[in-house]
Amino acid sequence: MHPALSVIFFTVISGCGYGLLFLLSLILLMQPALLPRSEIVTLLALGALASVAGLIASTFHLGQPQRAWRAFSQWRSSWLSREGVAATASFLPVGALLIAQWQQTDAMPVRISALALMLLAAITVYCTAQIYASLKTIRAWHNVYVAPGYLLLGLIGGASWLLAWHCAFDDGCPDIALGSRGLDWLVILLCIASALLKLAYWRYIDTQPLPASIESATGLGRYGAVRSVEAPHSEENYLTREMGFALARKHAARLRRIVLLLLAPLPIALLVIAMLMRSNAEVAALGAAFAVTLGLFVERWLFFAEAKHVVMLYYAPRGERA
Amino acid sequence: MTMLPAPTTKKLGLVIDLDICVGCHACAVACKEWNDGGQFGPLPDESPYGKEPLGVWFNRVHSFEIEPAQKNASAMTVHFPRSCLHCETPDCVTVCPTGASYKRAEDGIVLVDEDKCIGCKLCSWACPYGAREYSEQRGVMQKCTLCVDRIYNESFDEIDRQPACVAACPTRARHFGDLGNENSAVSKLVAQRGGYDLMPEMGYKRPRRDGGSSTTSSSAAAEEKMDFSTASPLLRWIDKVLSR
Repeated sequence: MHPALSVIFFTVISGCGYGLLFLLSLILLMQPALLPRSEIVTLLALGALASVAGLIASTFHLGQPQRAWRAFSQWRSSWLSREGVAATASFLPVGALLIAQWQQTDAMPVRISALALMLLAAITVYCTAQIYASLKTIRAWHNVYVAPGYLLLGLIGGASWLLAWHCAFDDGCPDIALGSRGLDWLVILLCIASALLKLAYWRYIDTQPLPASIESATGLGRYGAVRSVEAPHSEENYLTREMGFALARKHAARLRRIVLLLLAPLPIALLVIAMLMRSNAEVAALGAAFAVTLGLFVERWLFFAEAKHVVMLYYAPRGERA
Repeated sequence: MTMLPAPTTKKLGLVIDLDICVGCHACAVACKEWNDGGQFGPLPDESPYGKEPLGVWFNRVHSFEIEPAQKNASAMTVHFPRSCLHCETPDCVTVCPTGASYKRAEDGIVLVDEDKCIGCKLCSWACPYGAREYSEQRGVMQKCTLCVDRIYNESFDEIDRQPACVAACPTRARHFGDLGNENSAVSKLVAQRGGYDLMPEMGYKRPRRDGGSSTTSSSAAAEEKMDFSTASPLLRWIDKVLSR
């Protein structure tokens, strides 16, 4: 599948934003007074900004972006529509939490808003995943690894940025403040889990055949082995450009190693350094966040570019089995 | 509304006899001509007379070669027109976020309302048959309408109230009619000639074509061919770096 940069940017950045909002909500739900108010406000704004930036980027690949509002209408059948609704709804509890910080309300309204934000953030990322996971035509997407993948990778993105900002916020980060509360360990665990999940996903898609064959696509299998001798047109068309993208498959092995390196060993090493250094730990924590984010971009690019669409069977020179 | 209607009683569709098709592309050209100049609206091409013409076609005629499973049987070449099947359970409709894609309750035709389409392309990803093509010029998805502007057009003589591709077919390989009615000419043809679904394992349900005696087959996977001469400089650079 052709990887549209705007969609990659959208899924990565808004995934990180919702991951950050999810974890911040979790902290607020459990201990509403744990973090200083200024930090809560900054992190809320940061998470919301990432989500908004992603949503705006996602309209860049549309042919008629001025009609994007129509995408809120078909939530009864379309995951893309549901995603838009959930993403927009999540700004309500963000607003409520901002007001609560400003008004210095009791813990109860904060907890309720935090719970709502946690749910909506998770639902939004789940809907994003389902946009792809619901497509039967693409084996690499239509499987059980995709939804957990989006959720976990959103969480690792959000967690690494939360940690980095928290360290930076605590000015020199004398004791990696949240370190004692386990956030750095959580990031390390998420790094390992993400890498393992991606490995399992790649193993799965490498062994799965396409959901159809050229024989069943033409119905000609009853006569023998089928292969294309002549495409309908001598030139490329929308289908071959959009569905026939092959660059990533040529370099898949190398790109996968890059993803794994950026998602696990590199950020983990940086975080261990941060934990040992204690002073100036924010530099290492920021490095880890950047590594994870870059890893997510490559991962998402591969997610699109590696995926094969069944329609390409009609163009395959030899019945492709994948 | 992108929810599917209750199963329609009238199921308009095409039946194509692959034993008769000679691969002349008249259907594809007639379709392009009608939808470009007809009452439906333009189906424009990008640089139609340039080096790399690109544009939407609702019909594309493939040609396949069949290596027979039995020894001494002769090889076959089969021409295969590919277009929208107007599926009974089309995913291209339900994935649409705006309600631009819909399936008509009265006759089962799957259409795109180009005034509502935002051009997200998701419906084209959902279709296994490649029936939907995106128009760069119009910024919306386009697809076969089963010539909805011809088949009910009372200003036409009755004989012309059929899709342009069917009317144009010089060998009468293409037939149009109601597949929901058992007694219609197309339903009888499907029954007589052993009509079958394409990619039945995908579950979109549609009788359409014909076949004959049956054997199964297998073939080896091929190396993907890649031509980077036309790729963007960024992709060429990525390829160069990763190829080291």
